[in-house]
Amino acid sequence: MSITTNEFAETRRMVLKGAGVAALIGLGVVSFDARPALAAANDAYPKEAFKQKNEADAIKLLYGKTAEPSDKVKMDAPEIAENGAVVPISATTTLSDVTSITFLVSENPIALIASYRIPDGTLPSVSNRIKMAKTSNVIVIVEAGGKLYSATKEVKVTVGGCGG
Amino acid sequence: MASSIRVRATSNGETTEVQALIQHPMDSGFVKDAKGEIIPPHFIQQLTFEHDGKPIFLANWGGGVSKDPYVKFAFKGGKKGDDLKISWVDNKGATDSTTAKIQ
Repeated sequence: MSITTNEFAETRRMVLKGAGVAALIGLGVVSFDARPALAAANDAYPKEAFKQKNEADAIKLLYGKTAEPSDKVKMDAPEIAENGAVVPISATTTLSDVTSITFLVSENPIALIASYRIPDGTLPSVSNRIKMAKTSNVIVIVEAGGKLYSATKEVKVTVGGCGG
Repeated sequence: MASSIRVRATSNGETTEVQALIQHPMDSGFVKDAKGEIIPPHFIQQLTFEHDGKPIFLANWGGGVSKDPYVKFAFKGGKKGDDLKISWVDNKGATDSTTAKIQ
């Protein structure tokens, strides 16, 4: 481990977590500080998920599972964003029992942008403004009935603005 | 000091639409200043909305949310004149909160 970077160690740890977490929970030997399955259930800030470069790692840490594409998740995003510092994105869904909506940008230095908890009685529809470093896929994840559904759209960025 | 949070909440009798605009630099920690030095991360991590003592919306944010963030959502059950409590906390532990009336 001495010749690997911290970054690599971290990535490797994430992979191990993702693969083994279900089995480990079953055996009651979970000893990580981050608990993916619980992260979305309580109000604690998902600190580790907000450190991931890769969207799949962020989703795994946030939810402990993967999403399937669904045409019931609708994303409203521009085809071309002239200013990457302010890209208006909104998401809505016709799915019921929605508990959270999450926005990710694949090519940003940190993939996870925002994750919104939707309690009972709040409509599954959110608008916000995000930063994009360059042309990238934008991914919306909707958690509904304990399952994850996603929509993906490429947004072309003419002037990058990760941080503005 | 004026609040960093501006909120507009309007009820149509059935649902209440909430729009919030917050003044915050939302520095991601990936941008350099004019001298070429990294601007340290400084961004809101959590934003909560409460109505009638219950959370109606919770945002977990990273540095990828735009400067002076904006968010819009809607919930069922609010009435004109009801209070809406909004608060945020950033990565440096700073907080702000405000209460807005539903219109």
